[in-house]
Amino acid sequence: MTAVQLQAEILSVQRVGEYLQFTVVAPEIADGFQPGHFVAVAVGGAQSSMILRRAFALSGATPSDRFAGTVQFVVAAHGPGTQWLVGRTAGELLDIVGPLGNPFPTPSGATRAVLVGGGYGSAPLLPLAQVLLDNGSEVEFVLGAATAARLFGELAAKRMVGRVTVTTDDGSAGEKGLVTDVLPEAIERSSAEIVYACGPMAMLQAVGDIAGKHAIRAQVAVEESMACGIGVCMTCVLPVRAADGTSRFVRSCVDGPVFDALNVRWRDVGRLPGDLLGADAMGGH
Amino acid sequence: MATMSTRLATVTLPNPVLTASGCAAAGRELHQFFDVSQLGAVVTKSIMPRARSGRATPRMAETPSGMLNSIGLQGPGIESFIANDLAWLAEQGARAVVSIAGTHTDDYVLLARKLAGHPAVAMLEVNISCPNVESRGQVFACDAIASSRVIGAVRRAADPAQPVFAKLSPDVTDIVHIARACADAGADGFSLINTLLGIVIDTDTLAPALGGVSGGLSGPAIRPVAVRCVWQVHQAFPHLPILGMGGIRTGLDALQFILAGASAVSVGTAVFGDPSAPVRVLAELEAALDERGLASVRDAVGLAQRNQRARVSA
Repeated sequence: MTAVQLQAEILSVQRVGEYLQFTVVAPEIADGFQPGHFVAVAVGGAQSSMILRRAFALSGATPSDRFAGTVQFVVAAHGPGTQWLVGRTAGELLDIVGPLGNPFPTPSGATRAVLVGGGYGSAPLLPLAQVLLDNGSEVEFVLGAATAARLFGELAAKRMVGRVTVTTDDGSAGEKGLVTDVLPEAIERSSAEIVYACGPMAMLQAVGDIAGKHAIRAQVAVEESMACGIGVCMTCVLPVRAADGTSRFVRSCVDGPVFDALNVRWRDVGRLPGDLLGADAMGGH
Repeated sequence: MATMSTRLATVTLPNPVLTASGCAAAGRELHQFFDVSQLGAVVTKSIMPRARSGRATPRMAETPSGMLNSIGLQGPGIESFIANDLAWLAEQGARAVVSIAGTHTDDYVLLARKLAGHPAVAMLEVNISCPNVESRGQVFACDAIASSRVIGAVRRAADPAQPVFAKLSPDVTDIVHIARACADAGADGFSLINTLLGIVIDTDTLAPALGGVSGGLSGPAIRPVAVRCVWQVHQAFPHLPILGMGGIRTGLDALQFILAGASAVSVGTAVFGDPSAPVRVLAELEAALDERGLASVRDAVGLAQRNQRARVSA
């Protein structure tokens, strides 16, 4: 998949709870879109003092044979860069690079899947659910957030699949608690063969553990901070175990953002484990 | 149209815009945005003898008009670099400036020997902003004697056809003093500047933002420091070519470095925000030279210094 850089016109900005969903005209990105892909968006304009892009998972795309060729992504106003973004309106241009990253792997035939989204981590799971439903799979959603306003995609999920379980930390929507409180039951009642997840690191680790206990795989998309999104800066690395047993720091942007949870060494994130390839060369540096 | 070719010691490049070490990997990822053989050269990420994991995350913090990074020279080691990255650059017909790094003088010598005779290698850029294990971890580039020792050893070991450029740190009292030590040791030119050391504290976690605590500051925030270093070193050694870098985002930024005395420039951190920045900067630089009636890059090198002298003597 080759990424492109383009000036994308904002078609619409839609408020969803505490988030804004952007729809932008980007036919070259829309045509290659697969669920799990993300885009990197420049913020602040040409003279911006914010020199790094912000990465957003795509929540959907309409290929150019059906319309102008648009992609959608969801923004939460966290810091000055995203604050600038949420001030944009339809008709303005955004400098966008994409599609980036590796999509969620999906089986060629039907499967039974549970999709787990934390906060706006549900964004890439909505188009994924559609792909899975299209190949005859049974899909159920578990969506969680701190509060009701921080849920994303509940309505869209309910339109697509029969079973959507919602949790919030404060009990303002669905069950009070964490997605991981209800995930084991969801896996068991649907006899799930795979779990897909996107959300904060701690949630992904817990989802991976639960999937492991049920002897099924979890494909998870990480939300690691990135400077470039295209594989040159080496800032977004995670310790990941390869098939040959060797662990390396790999780039979330080009080697991810989707990983098999089993291969990510979650407990070593933010550390330099001694058995990592090349850790022995770090002495004195 | 201005003549864009430029010379770095014995090497002639078709134009003066290069990538910067650590900001372009080995060119492959940027090739989807533009043909890397269009650049003056690709400056590759500093390579070391063995594979290195790099440091623990977080490795990056955005700062006003810049960023702080602490990657720790993650890389595959020289054998894999030659077999994969350098081979790929050669296939593209791209020129490579290979940045080499080590923790002992012997590391640098080994790397220079391994790269000798490789057709894709236009020149070597010696990253001496590394801790010197033989000197209690003091950074080579902050010590004139250690800098001189490394540059001398590399110059003797390297292919005579490959110019050796010393990449200097701005974190010194007198950069001309270090440059002189490198020049006396046989440096064919200078790369100016490496990042400045900085620390960012995360006010949510109440701890340093980077896993490595301190990191290298890059981006437009450091540009005036870089232009000052180019100015000082060009003034002291007008016969030695300079590859200038530090916060170049536009063609006019690049022109500042050339007017201060650089014969070529590297576009670094700007690539993270704009992957096509190097070719954009090249086009903007060419237009800027034309607009100012400058016939060639060569005419512009150090022109601000000549203009300043004329202004003072007038």
